[in-house]
Amino acid sequence: MLILECPCCGVKAEETELTPGGEAHLKRCGPGSTDDEFDGYMFARANPRGVHFERWRHAYGCGKWFLAARCTATLEVFGTYPAQSKQPPAELQAKIKARRPGWEGWT
Amino acid sequence: MAMKRYSVFAIAREAMSYHMGWERAWRSPAPKRKYDAVIVGAGGHGLATAYYLGKNHGLTNVAIIEKGWLGGGNTGRNTTIIRSNYLQDPSAAIYEKARSLYETMSQDLNYNVMFSPRGLLMLGQTEHEVRGYKRTVYANNLQGVSTEWISPRRVKELVPIINIDGPRYPVLGALYQARGGTARHDAVAWGYARACSAMGMDVIQQCEVTGVRTEAGRVIGIDTTRGAIDCDKLGMVVAGHSSVLAEMAGFRLPIESLALQALVSEPIKPCMDVVVMANTVHGYMSQSDKGEMVIGGGTDGFNNYTQRGSFHHIEETVRALIETFPMISRLKMLRQWGGIVDMTGDRSPLISKTPVEGIFVNCGWGTGGFKAIPGSGWAMAELMARGASPLAEEFSMYRFREGKFIDESVAAGVAH
Ligand SMILES: Cc1cc2nc3c(=O)[nH]c(=O)nc-3n(C[C@H](O)[C@H](O)[C@H](O)COP(=O)(O)OP(=O)(O)OC[C@H]3O[C@@H](n4cnc5c(N)ncnc54)[C@H](O)[C@@H]3O)c2cc1C
Ligand SMILES: [Zn+2]
Repeated sequence: MLILECPCCGVKAEETELTPGGEAHLKRCGPGSTDDEFDGYMFARANPRGVHFERWRHAYGCGKWFLAARCTATLEVFGTYPAQSKQPPAELQAKIKARRPGWEGWT
Repeated sequence: MAMKRYSVFAIAREAMSYHMGWERAWRSPAPKRKYDAVIVGAGGHGLATAYYLGKNHGLTNVAIIEKGWLGGGNTGRNTTIIRSNYLQDPSAAIYEKARSLYETMSQDLNYNVMFSPRGLLMLGQTEHEVRGYKRTVYANNLQGVSTEWISPRRVKELVPIINIDGPRYPVLGALYQARGGTARHDAVAWGYARACSAMGMDVIQQCEVTGVRTEAGRVIGIDTTRGAIDCDKLGMVVAGHSSVLAEMAGFRLPIESLALQALVSEPIKPCMDVVVMANTVHGYMSQSDKGEMVIGGGTDGFNNYTQRGSFHHIEETVRALIETFPMISRLKMLRQWGGIVDMTGDRSPLISKTPVEGIFVNCGWGTGGFKAIPGSGWAMAELMARGASPLAEEFSMYRFREGKFIDESVAAGVAH
């Protein structure tokens, strides 16, 4: 069972309380962007086998969005962090690097 | 290489030598240095693609590369439902092509795939669903796909074990496809593998593709755990692993990989000779030849490559089905398993050229691609051999950029 700690309310929530929201840190494209840019932003996904940064909502708890780093090949959870983050916190990145030396790093 | 035909006479002949004389159904060759075309993934879609490359287009210098054992991906993990009652014209065309090829597959492949067109019902359990399915029936009639809307009484006659009175979701009727049904999933993979091998193709198992080599925007070969292989054309047909292969070739796909589960009960006496899908409550059921009730439900919501799903989804599915089929409440469940399905945003597949010249993808069949295997292989082979295929045309990966979705979220309703 997947358990994520909600950084908003501090509850260790199990997956029936949570709603997944897909890949995190997508760069939003605005008016004037090319079709390719919109395509990349709206539809193309990294969908990696391994380290994945993703959005979650604590739907049946505090109701707030947050972000998580997880391994899709093992279901290991590396950590969660606030939805406002522009990129995964440095400590979290270091932790992932330690657990997954082969990880190419945050790009 | 000529394959010995299976027949009642062959069984009688082999009986004389205590069935010790049967040959292996396919060869297990070492990879060659180069092929005209390489297909990655020996699931149903990859094998069917190779089969039609040979049968329809005379291309037989072909290898099918599989990291595990053939049919060990979703092809060997699905609940084997076959139907073609989709809504949009491009879907109806390819799914009905596939369904009609299933009708003669055992004869065509000389391999018993146990196609059983026993009839399939999609229950309407809300007013909204009834309207949606009636619309599908009208569309199907225009598309030449034979389906009909049937009354609750007819449903009860076809499925005596069903409870049509609710309480929460009474059965208001059903979308019925009389020639829908099931087939034996492993046999589909094995039958194609045997036919491919007989045409001189190499089915190479236990060989993982680890890299894709390109030169000036063109594919030139792949790296595998059994060495480098050159090829002129590359077909990526790896379902849940499509994004991983695309990444090797340097592009992204509109695909996310999710876990989908199924389960079977202990075997019981024959009690239901049709397939019943209940999309509102999110579950579906059929009875296998062994007597097991085969049950499937919904996907997990988060990206996952582990072939393990979440228990609460099984619980939800079974809870919902018990309401519609009260008698299954006392059944013991025997096995439960998961597969990694390749989901697109519009619930329709990709059979497409890619940004790399010579690389083609066939994926995105998600929760419902077993039924499509022969039609998909037919279209993909045509696309790879000729550069275009009428059946594949609308399923380009570029349709998202153009906003030309093939929305099958209703027809795909529940994962199957
Ligand atoms: C539980 C469940 C129930 C389902 N029920 C139904 C149903 O009732 N009806 C229906 O129509 N569909 C159903 N489906 C969907 C159906 O199973 C799939 O759409 C279909 O089998 C996909 O076939 P495929 O050949 O594309 O993929 P797969 O059979 O998964 O084959 C892909 C192959 O690629 C191989 N591969 C991956 N990466 C590599 C690599 N790097 N190198 C070499 N090989 C690689 C894999 O090992 C795998 O064997 C269900 C799926 C699941 C999981
Ligand atoms: Zn919370």
